Formats: sequence, C-alpha cells, structure tokens
Amino acid sequence: MILAVVLGLLAAGVVAWASERLVGGHAPRIVSLAAFALGLAWAVWEWQGGAAANGLYAAQFFEWIPRFGINVILEMDGLSLLMVALTLFLGIVAVVSSWDEIETGQGFFQFNILWVMAGVVGVFTALDLFLFFFFWEVMLIPMYFLIAIWGHEKKGYASMKFFLFTQISGLLMLLAILALVFFHYASSGDLTFDYKELLGAAIAGEMRFWLMLGFFVAFATKLPSVPVHTWLPDAHTQAPTAGSVILAGILLKTGAYGLIRFAVPLFPDASRQFSTWGLALGAASILYGGAMAFSQSDFKRLVAYSSIAHMGFVLLGVYAFNEQGMQGAVITMIAHGFSTAALFMMAGAIQQRLHTREMSRMGGLWVHAPRMGVMTMFFVVASVGMPGLGNFVGEFLALLGAFKANVPLTVAATLGIVVAAIYGLYLLQRSFQGTPNPEIESMRDFGFREMSVMVLMMIGLLWVGVYPQPLLDMSAATIASLDVLP
Amino acid sequence: MDLLWLVPTLPLLGFALLFVTEGKLPDKLVAIVGAGSVGLAAIVALFAGYAFVQSGEAAYTLPLWTWMSVAGFEPSIALHLDALSLVMIGVITGVGFLIHVYATGYMWKDHEEPQGYSRFFAYMNLFVFAMLMLVLGDNLLVLFLGWEGVGLCSYLLIGFYHRDPANGFAARKAFVVTRVGDTALALGLFLLFRELGTLHIQQALAGVGSLTPGMATLICLLLLGGAVGKSAQLPLQTWLPDAMAGPTPVSALIHAATMVTAGVYLIARMQGLYLESADAQQAVAVVGLLTLLIASFTALAQNDIKRILAYSTMSQIGYMFMALGVGAWSAAIFHLMTHAFFKALLFLSAGSVILALRHEQDIFKMGGLRSQLPVPFISMAIGSLGLVAFPLTSGFFSKDAILLTAWQNAGWLYWGGGLLAAALTALYTTRMMVLAFFGEPRTEPRDDSRANMWLPLMVLWALSVGGGWFGIGVLDDLLGEVLEFSHFEPVALATTLVPLLAIALGWLIFSGKVDVARLVESSLGGSVRRFFASGWGFDWLYERVFVKPFVWLARANRNDVVDSVYRIAVGITRGFHHVAALLQTGRLRWYAVNMALGLILVILIVVVD
Repeated sequence: MILAVVLGLLAAGVVAWASERLVGGHAPRIVSLAAFALGLAWAVWEWQGGAAANGLYAAQFFEWIPRFGINVILEMDGLSLLMVALTLFLGIVAVVSSWDEIETGQGFFQFNILWVMAGVVGVFTALDLFLFFFFWEVMLIPMYFLIAIWGHEKKGYASMKFFLFTQISGLLMLLAILALVFFHYASSGDLTFDYKELLGAAIAGEMRFWLMLGFFVAFATKLPSVPVHTWLPDAHTQAPTAGSVILAGILLKTGAYGLIRFAVPLFPDASRQFSTWGLALGAASILYGGAMAFSQSDFKRLVAYSSIAHMGFVLLGVYAFNEQGMQGAVITMIAHGFSTAALFMMAGAIQQRLHTREMSRMGGLWVHAPRMGVMTMFFVVASVGMPGLGNFVGEFLALLGAFKANVPLTVAATLGIVVAAIYGLYLLQRSFQGTPNPEIESMRDFGFREMSVMVLMMIGLLWVGVYPQPLLDMSAATIASLDVLP
Repeated sequence: MDLLWLVPTLPLLGFALLFVTEGKLPDKLVAIVGAGSVGLAAIVALFAGYAFVQSGEAAYTLPLWTWMSVAGFEPSIALHLDALSLVMIGVITGVGFLIHVYATGYMWKDHEEPQGYSRFFAYMNLFVFAMLMLVLGDNLLVLFLGWEGVGLCSYLLIGFYHRDPANGFAARKAFVVTRVGDTALALGLFLLFRELGTLHIQQALAGVGSLTPGMATLICLLLLGGAVGKSAQLPLQTWLPDAMAGPTPVSALIHAATMVTAGVYLIARMQGLYLESADAQQAVAVVGLLTLLIASFTALAQNDIKRILAYSTMSQIGYMFMALGVGAWSAAIFHLMTHAFFKALLFLSAGSVILALRHEQDIFKMGGLRSQLPVPFISMAIGSLGLVAFPLTSGFFSKDAILLTAWQNAGWLYWGGGLLAAALTALYTTRMMVLAFFGEPRTEPRDDSRANMWLPLMVLWALSVGGGWFGIGVLDDLLGEVLEFSHFEPVALATTLVPLLAIALGWLIFSGKVDVARLVESSLGGSVRRFFASGWGFDWLYERVFVKPFVWLARANRNDVVDSVYRIAVGITRGFHHVAALLQTGRLRWYAVNMALGLILVILIVVVD
C-alpha cells in the first residue's frame, strides 16, 4: 500500500494541476484536500490494524535495478507511521491555511504541495539508501518552486539559498552513501543499497567517522542545527503560508528522522564518539535560536528562529543515547509540528489581512480579532513548554535523557526554557496585546474554516501533552531496536 | 474521598466552559460558573477532608492514569491527600472561593476589556485548578505542571489589562523571573531522577537515605531555587511588587493567599529531603531572614497601598521560609494559613478602597477614609491586626510559633531578626492605616459595593481573628507536631510586646505627634529612603547585569553573524564569476591567443616533469 499512497499523491498532483483548466474554481484545492484526507484515513487504518510480529505496519518490496543491488524497499514501523500520519495531517492544514491566499496558478501550487508530500512519505518509509536519496531529492524541487513562485518580496534569494544548502549537504550524503555501499561491497562482495544489509557493514574506524559525518551534515542542515541554519529564516519568512507549514511541520523532521533512522544506527560507534558534539550543537541551537528569535521584529522570522531552538531539543535527545532522550526527540518532532505549523498559519493570516509581518506595525490586534488572539496565545504557551501540552513532554524527556549523558550541556540547554519564555511572550505582546495600533481600523477574525484546523491542532497538542503513551508505544519498538542504546 | 478528583476538576470545567463559550455567556451566568465552580470544589474538599480525618489514615492516594512511561520513567497522574495537602486545598478552595465571590462584584462594571468578565473568571478558575494540582500531585512532575500552570495564570492575570504596555511588562517580568527559578527546579528534578530513579514524591522521600550528603544538599538547593522564584524570595523577589498591575482580587488570590506559598509548600513537602542536609536547611532559613528584613524596610518607604501589601507578603513568606529552615515545619504551614486569611482580607479591602477612589492607590492622597468607608476600614483594621500579630488574632499565634521555635532551635539571631521585622511590620502597617484612614479627608470616595463584595470580607474578618484557633485545635492534630511553648517567659513576652510598642511608635510618628521630618528630609535620610523605596536597588542591578547585556547582544546580532560566513562565500563565488565573465570577450583573436598560451603551458608542464 505504501507505494500506492506515494504514487497516489503524485497522481493527485497531476490531477489537481489539470483540474484547474478542466474544472476551475476550487477544484485543485478539493483534489488536494481529498488526497491528504484519504492518505490520513489509510494511515489511521494501518494504525488501528496494529503491527505485524516484526513490528511493521506495512511493507513492500520490488526489484528495481538488481544489477546495482537497488530495490524498492518500503517499510513502515511505528516511527515511520507516526511521521507519515503527521505528514498527511499537516498536508490538510497546509491546504486549508492557503485556501484563499493563492490566487495565481493554484493548480500548479497544489501539484507542488502534493509532490513534496509524496517525497516526504517516501523518505519516511524507504529502507533502500538509493531510494531514500531519490525521495530526498523529490521533496526538494517542488519546495523550491513553492518558495520561488509564490513567495514574498525576497523569494528569489530565499529559494536559491534553500536550494543550495539542501543540495550541497545532500551531495555530501550521496557521497557518504556511495562510499558506504562501496566499502561494504569491498569487504563482503555484496553490492547492495539495502539498509538492513548495510547496518552491519564492516568499515575501518577512521572512515566510519567521515561517512557518519556526511550523513550528519545533511540531516543537521535539514533540521537545522547551528551553524548551518541560516537558510531557514529566509526560506520560512519568504515562503507562502502553506510552504512554511510544510517546511516547519514536516521537512525539518526529515532531518531528525534521518538522524534516528540512518546516522545513528548505521554508524553507532562513530555516533557515540560524536555524541558530545551533537549535544553541544543541540544546546547551542536552543540558546542561539532563542536569542535570535528574540531579536527579530518580523513575526514570521521570529517563529522561524524559534524552530531552530526547538529542533535543538531533538538533537539533544538523539545524542543523549538513551531511550528517554530519543523518545523526547520523537515527541518534540510531533508537538513542534502542531505548534509551529499553527504559528506559521497565524503569521500568514496576519500578513494576508494587514499586508505586513512587522510587529511594530501590529499591536493590540486582540481587540479586532479575539479568536486569533486566543489561538496565538495557546500556541505560544505550548511552544514555551507549558506542562499539559505536547512540547513539554518532548522537551522534558529530551532534557531528562541528556542530563544522564552530559550535565553541563544539559544545564545550558535547560536555560533555553527561560529564553523561550522571553521570546514567546514578546511575540504575543508585540502583536496581539499592547496599545492598539491606530493605523489598523479592523481585522477580520478567524472563521469556521481556520478555526476547525486550529482546534484540531489544539486537541493534538493537548493529547500529546496529557496522554502521550500511545505515541510513545508506537515509537518504542523502533527505538528499542536501535541496539546502540544501553 | 473517592470524589477527590472533583476538587481540581470542577474549576477546570469552569475554565473550559468559559473558554469554549468565547465570552458569549451573560455576565450573571459567568459569575455563577466562575465562583460556583470554586465553591463546589470547596464543598467537595470539605467532605473529602472530613472523610479523611474520620478514616484516621495518614495518607490517601487516588491514582488516575500514567502520564507517560519511558524506560523506567513512569510519572503517574495521581492525587495525594495528607494533612499538608488537606490544609492547602482547604485554603485554596476556601479563601479562593471568597475571593471569587468578591471578584464577581469587583469586576462587574469593568468594561475595559471586550469579554473581559468572562475571560477574567476563566483565568481565575484555571489558576485555582493549577494550584490544586500543585498541592495534590503525587509526583513531582504533576507538581511541576501545577507550578508552571500558576505561573502562566499569574502572567495572564497580571497582564489582564493588556492594552497598557506597562502591565504587559509587569506580566512578562513575573513570568520570566519565576522561570529562572523553574529552571533550577527542573534541574533539581533531573538530578533527583538520576539519583533515585523516580519523581514519585513518597518513593523519593523513602529513598533519600541513599543520597550522599553533598548530593542531598545540591538537590535541596536546586529545589530552593525554584521555591524562591515562585515565592518571591531573595534573590528572585523583584517580580512581586510589579505584579500588582493586575486587578486587585488577582493580587489577593495569587500574590497573597496562594501562589506565592507554592515555594513554602514545596519545601514542606520535601521535608524528608531537607532533613538530610543541614546546610540546605540553613540556606532556607537565611533566605527567609534576609528577605524578611529587606522587604520590611522596603515596605516602610512605599506610597502605593498595593505595593506596601506586596512587600508585606514578601516578608511574611520570609517568616515561613525561616520557619522551614529552623525546623518549625508545622509553624510555617500554620502561618501560611493565617497569612492567607488576613492577607486576602487586606487586599480585598484595599481593593474596595481603590474602587471607591476610582483607582487611586497612593496613601498620601487618601486620608480620613475611616468614616467615609466604614466596611473597608474595619476590614483593613482587622487584617492589619493579624499582620502585626496583635495578641489573640490569628497572625499572633502563628508568628509566635515561628519566633519562639526559632529561639528554641536556632538561637537568638533568627529570633532577633524576626522580631526586628515584626517591629518594622507594625510600623509600616500603622503608617498605612494612619495615612489612609485617619487625619483630614483628601478625596471624596464613592462606595457602591454590594453584598457580594462585603459578605466575603465579613467571613474573612472571622477567619483573621479566629483563624488562630485552628492552629491550636485542628492543625496540631493533623500535622502531628504539637506547637508547645509557654507564652509567659521573658522571650515570649518580648515577642508579644515589641510589635505593640512599634504600633504605638508608629502612631506617634505618622499622626504627626512626633516630628521626624528633619530626619527623613536630611540628605542621608533621603537617600536611605530612596534606597528602601527602590527595593534595595535589585531592579537597578538586574537591569544592568542581565537585561541590558542580553538585549544588546540580541540587537547587535540581529542579522545573524553566522550568516555572514555564507555571505562571504557567496561574495567570493561572485568575484570568480565576474573574473571569468570578463574573459569572455567574444573576440576570436583573444581566444586563439589564450588557447596557444594554454597549450604552451601544458607542454611546459609535461616537459619539465
């Protein structure tokens, strides 16, 4: 079924594009929405069906290029399923959030959204390194188009920066993949891109470290971690709302997923050797991202930098090298998907209404749009790490795990919760509270369409915050199978 | 007792209802939901408490569900009722209910905010819920949930009139400063979990014996870091005076009766841990004593009635910390309870005064209010008697218990410091009362408060006066530590008399019978007064040491210095591109020459090699 879903999303993209001419009106949006809804229904159905004895919810195998040991291996375990479900859900959010934002070329717009998401679903399920890299590239190009065509004033610069960062780091990963396959071939005589075969590849110590670094750089750039983060503020700020939602909600998570699925298990020793650096980069991202967020005057750019801080917790959790840290990383991925997607949606809604992202030109918006105010408050509070909401569970577990691994770096990272409070409340007060800006006479509040997705994300965060056990159970098997953990 | 879960759930439901209806409920219904939910919770708490006392058990635990379970980290969401939490939920729901009823009147004509009435009660209910979770949580992570929850609600309520940026600033300050403490608390939890493998309070307390003394001290100090943040003690006390920006019932609920006591509760709850470390206990006592003295001196120099009360709160919490530090555990909780009674009364009556004077808070602009506002005057007077520990009022019993235990357990220093602060308390309270209620009238108040405002005051009269008998009767049995000391020894006599003398002195000074103007207006007197008025310059210091450098760094790096590395790389690439583009002239001769030169170069390299 996995391949059918990926192909289905790709096909839906073509249909959506074609429907603009053939049918017109809302047709492309409806096609897109239906495709994501069907996909999500499938994911929920697989979840309800439970996992097979081998821990997989779905698996497929086709021969592709047997001469080079390249096959279509698609498998979905608990972690993959969580990520796929989040992807498809945020697909719906992306479509709804840009419902009346995109006026020109909405057919091609929906095409790009669907193709990005198809690539992402592939990334989350591919267990053949060649296929994985293929999907990694598939999600890149449509994203580039989304920013370059429908972006804001500096879209050319931002999209090119996004493309170059991702492409150069992707190239490093490709080299690492090819080298890994080659060394494995040299030692075992077996030419294969199969992840499971490569897990135990025998490679000399020195080389192992460099290959790990190739993967790490690619994933850390996508995550992104300090100091390879600078593409993100530009890309997010310039992207249309749906683009930001997808970028923050999903694309960043492919980096986190890559670390958990590939970088760490393929090179356990080298990763452990590297773990102090991973923790340090995580703590640096938390503090630096937070401080940068505070210094921004652009609503969207502030949220973008806050993403870097949140992803720092993922890095911290993964390189804690224990189950609590790893689970913290996974929960942070999900909770951040909801909270930040909602805040980007808010930024887009404000920009659509006031034609600005500058907070100095906002102020007191609560008076005009109390619903938007309440929603902003809720998601700011969530991203500040309030217990009872999802982000807290993730961040607390990540810190708890990291504390066992390295105390000084965890202390530094924990200070990040103070910084988060500073920039979070600053965002809320500059935009929705304070003296109403006299230049703004009125602002349309959220209607039913916007509120329905907002409420869904609220429920999601509450669920993750109060009873995360079902999610933890889903990823537990995957994490336990990483035999690198103590 | 099985219905214990209803106690926090009812206020939560109240919040949910007010939140979901988006302010569309009529105000009367909002008042019923807002105050009613807390009132019902108080009734349930009363029944649960009665059943608990009848059962004669030491503790009752009601497990609800496992929050999460990850590799041995299994915090459960469970409610734990014992004497300590029973006293706490009694205070929170009881005093909380009275404050809610009062607020239905206080906020009635407040139309400054759209849907403000509903939003106000939503936040208040959420606050009560969070505070109840804090004291009922069986696990430190649940306590942390309540801990952060009260922080959030205090942020929302301090900044309730959010259109004034000054209120926003005060709210932000409160949240961020207490979060610094929360960071310490979180680290304490990480350390506790690493050492003992659990955050379950009872299990952890049972296992503290296995900690090394150094480790126990470290954990205690980290928890103390959290406690000083929430309870506005040195060195994280600076947020409390600014927090008076919220509506006055908020000050009564959050910044007097309940939230600031969270730190006291935390330390009392972790008593077993603190008993492992004499150093940590000493630190708690020192923090309490210093805060007590600093806050008392500061209160003496304030003109804003709410700020006077805020500093008095800070100093009274200082008494509780000192009590915890010197081992007077139940005396601390006793004082927590009586303080909740008289401080709620003081704040609510101050609220009535402020409302009658159309939001005037400067005591120098008041005067002679005694006859114009009789109910607030009597309320304020009764509350003040409690605050200065006038004999036989509630505050008298609890403060005596603290000071005399300090004498017994820790010697003259703590006793003397506490007594000095008691004298100062009497002095500034007398100053406030005399300036506001006696002398010449300077304003024309208009008191249109109704029964829902003065009825809660009257209940609090009774509690402030008679609340001390709880300590002698009920509380002793509950907390199992009998407060036993004679009231007729010289030390006890001094403890009782000093505040009375201070009241008399205050009366002489502030009603103008003794002229101290020359002393106050001398250059030294003036600078001392300004130093006290500024709260000993802590804001000034923190502004320069923390706030300014952080803001400066953030602003200076607005364009992200890391990005400049990439910008330089782009610049270099562009430079090469430019040079390369120059070579493309389009002239055949130029290309031919270059090809020839290149060929020669290649041949040379080959030949030389």
